[in-house]
Amino acid sequence: MENTNEITMEMLQKQVDALTKKVGKLEKNRKDQLAIAVVSGDLDKVLAAMVISLAAAAMDTQVKLFFSFWSLSALRDPKKHPKGKDFISKMFGIMLPTGKDKLTLSNMNMGGMGPMMIKMLMKKQNVMSLDEMFKQAGELGVEITICEMSMGLMGFKAEEMIDYPHLRYAGAATFVADAGESAMQLFI
Amino acid sequence: MTTEELKNIQSNLVVDARGTACPGPLLAAKKAIGEIESGEIMEILSADEGTKNDIPRWCDKIGHEYLGFYDEDSFSRLFLIKE
Repeated sequence: MENTNEITMEMLQKQVDALTKKVGKLEKNRKDQLAIAVVSGDLDKVLAAMVISLAAAAMDTQVKLFFSFWSLSALRDPKKHPKGKDFISKMFGIMLPTGKDKLTLSNMNMGGMGPMMIKMLMKKQNVMSLDEMFKQAGELGVEITICEMSMGLMGFKAEEMIDYPHLRYAGAATFVADAGESAMQLFI
Repeated sequence: MTTEELKNIQSNLVVDARGTACPGPLLAAKKAIGEIESGEIMEILSADEGTKNDIPRWCDKIGHEYLGFYDEDSFSRLFLIKE
């Protein structure tokens, strides 16, 4: 009789262990975390990504941004001039905006008039500039991951990217992992 | 709380976020909340209409007790008790 009792306890312990593991995994799946894939390099879209990120960070939500493709232009530092690029990389470098101040609008760009007007309005209405937003994001611990593959495609070098406190380079699997454990995922 | 009650509140800290639009006031509130102790009252001045909706949501999430707001001529005063 005692013997069967012992086996039951052991089985119960096993089940409890299995459940604890499962719950732990589930909790990790819905972390208070926001993952955004920032793919667009338009001023309006990068602005949207940053405003949402700042609001989330202010609400104590961990924010993880994955910058890829056109959005990389926003992370270029106009003061840095990397050497040793091949011809195509150089051409790309010249054709793409050098940094967040040079981004164009997805609508009503009007040859640069649009962004100028938006920036004027933002100032007038006390909206933070993109520069300021990145500074705040850095202070709030917003993480930025740059897509390694896009860097290669566009011919960008790590030396020409902005100085940002929480910057790293990784691949798509990193975004998938970040997004998988986040309660919120966005694609901009 | 009624406007009268709010007007009588002695805030422990006043955060003037009138010079910034969304999400500025929320960021200002988050930064300033560390300066007061639990149970103390923070007052936020904001000229951004959205703040009136954002601050209660923020309080809800973090656990601060939102007391309410009242409007001045060109801005609002929002009150909360730190968790």
